[in-house]
Amino acid sequence: MDILLRNTHGLERQIDDYLDLVIRGSLLFREGLKCYCSGDLEHFSANLRDLDAIESTADVQRRAIETRLYSETLIPESRGDVLGLLESIDRVLNRIAETLTQFDVEMPDLIEELKPLFLELTDASMAAVESMVSAGRSYFRDPERVRDHINKAMFYEHEADLRGDQIKRTVFRMDLDLSNKIHMRYFAFHIEGISDEAEDVCDRLAIATIKRSL
Amino acid sequence: MIEWLYISTGLFLGWSLGANHAVNVFGSAVSSRMVRFRTAAIVAGVFAILGAVISGAGTTRTLTTLGAVNALAGCFTVALAVGLTVTWMTMIRLPVSTSQAVVGGIVGWNLFTGSPTDTYSLSRIVSTWLVGPLLSALFGFLAFKVVTALLRGRRLHILTLDAHTRTWLLVLGAVASYLLGANNIANVMGMFVPAVPFGDVPFNGLFTLSGTRMLFFLGGLAIAVGILTYGEQVMKTVGRDLYKITPLAGLVVVFAEVLVLFLFTSESLESFLLHAGLPTIPLVPLSSTQVVIGAVIGVGLAKGGRGINYSVLGKIAGGWAVAPVVAGLSCYIALFVVQNVFELEVVKTSSYVIDTGVRQELSRRGLDSRALATLDGKTIVGSAQFRQTLQRIHPWSEKEMVVLFDCADLDTLVVDTVQAFTQSEPLPLTPQQHQSLAALHGSMFEHRWELDQALVTADSTWGEPAGTSPRKQSAAFRQLRERLHEIFRVHPQLSVR
Repeated sequence: MDILLRNTHGLERQIDDYLDLVIRGSLLFREGLKCYCSGDLEHFSANLRDLDAIESTADVQRRAIETRLYSETLIPESRGDVLGLLESIDRVLNRIAETLTQFDVEMPDLIEELKPLFLELTDASMAAVESMVSAGRSYFRDPERVRDHINKAMFYEHEADLRGDQIKRTVFRMDLDLSNKIHMRYFAFHIEGISDEAEDVCDRLAIATIKRSL
Repeated sequence: MIEWLYISTGLFLGWSLGANHAVNVFGSAVSSRMVRFRTAAIVAGVFAILGAVISGAGTTRTLTTLGAVNALAGCFTVALAVGLTVTWMTMIRLPVSTSQAVVGGIVGWNLFTGSPTDTYSLSRIVSTWLVGPLLSALFGFLAFKVVTALLRGRRLHILTLDAHTRTWLLVLGAVASYLLGANNIANVMGMFVPAVPFGDVPFNGLFTLSGTRMLFFLGGLAIAVGILTYGEQVMKTVGRDLYKITPLAGLVVVFAEVLVLFLFTSESLESFLLHAGLPTIPLVPLSSTQVVIGAVIGVGLAKGGRGINYSVLGKIAGGWAVAPVVAGLSCYIALFVVQNVFELEVVKTSSYVIDTGVRQELSRRGLDSRALATLDGKTIVGSAQFRQTLQRIHPWSEKEMVVLFDCADLDTLVVDTVQAFTQSEPLPLTPQQHQSLAALHGSMFEHRWELDQALVTADSTWGEPAGTSPRKQSAAFRQLRERLHEIFRVHPQLSVR
């Protein structure tokens, strides 16, 4: 039986590797933003380069998984859900890479008082992503635990919303140029958006898990 | 050549069975795209043939006990009437089971020819129509609970689970196909067995296929052709409506089906239960569709009972009542037409005699035969005439009629040990039985029970004397006795005119 399952185990590893890449992407984003806030632009650029590389690798990995799922007619009943799931997870990683790239392109001028709030927002958003990845892993191996991880992801998404809201309220009550205010609001909105994408993935996961039950 | 024309209706029934019932084995696997149709069809076809040839005898024996259609034209007519009934009812979307229609057809033949219907066999068969789906629902329910508990503990990856499910769908599908062939071959070829038109066929000195097995092989082949030619069509239409379940639930359903078919097909299980002194399960051809519906309902109940369409149950019950009645009626009419318009012999003309020996045997079997004294020494030709004569004397019950027909039937047997000891399928005789049979070489008996009594008198290991309740008779003994009657019969029952 092990010989028969060797091929299957290979694909399982590929899916696990793909999810690992998403986790690494979220860690790099967190580190990148820390470096940006502390003014360490050299390390920020290194993190961004790594994140771009991870994003490209993840794309290749995802396509390879999708091709195998189709060509070997695997999990016919859940294939649609799994493909949709992989693609929506990929959107989260794209959003992470895109947001950090925007920091590099636009170099927003974050005022000192708001930097801790931006870091808290990033932590909450990335925690939502990490919980989403855990939920995704559980969907493949232990559907009963998906709910726990989804609950965590929802909690962190809400936390991210609160931090984002706090940043926006603080910014617009400060005596700054409107352009600066809008710029900071824009970045808060984008970091918050990552957790919203993660929340969408969790919604998909919740439905797919119900369908997976016997 | 005419034999082939006669068995063509049986082959048609086989084709129809294969086309309509493959869905019960591989329906969920194919409609969920877990197994490709071509793979499923080849596996189902091969295993259905194997099941029919190797293990088809048990259920066939039960059907022949219900009524031995002993003339080929009769078999042809019964199979034709049943086939047309099933086709017609399917066309007007009435639920129909081939198994139940066949029983109706045989009872129709009994009524037309005046042959007695073994009410004991009939009641056992009818009870399985209810017990089969109920048991499969129970097995489906329990198996679902067990599988869910096992999976909860194992935490298998969705892909590993998929690979396991795929493999087991194929393995259990093969087993279910084998059992379907073994269980349902009785519907296809069972009625031709008492008038088997083929002799033994040797295969290059390697093995010999007996006439009955040859018949089963052809029936199995017809089932396989039905699966290959029309199975996909049925799976795409019927399969999608009935088997809209996940592959894993489908696997549980096939598992429940396998268990039920095994219980009602296995001769080994029957003899094990007999030896253990437990009540046996009748070997009866079941409707695999009803068994599967039972299992689907069982799984549905295990999931909390949501989404079960209970109107399906009403339809099943409707099918139980309608199919046998319609098949019986159409069979009766068809037999009338074939006998009177085409002047074909639909029943072998048997002769019945009542004498002191027969009356003693009747008394031994617990029948008060004093009223029959007026018939002493008379020979009556034809089963319908014999029934009329008996009914004029006393209003016998159908159960008593079976005993009367069995005891009075003139069925000349001459013990020929040379023939008996050189059978292609050797008789399972103990050395003592061998010796006692050899001692009877050349003896002639006018009734089957006379030979049975002579054997028991010579050696008690021949088993229970004839007349013991069928429930207590060992299946092996019954089978051996029937084979001896077949070998020693002077006038073969095959009747082609």
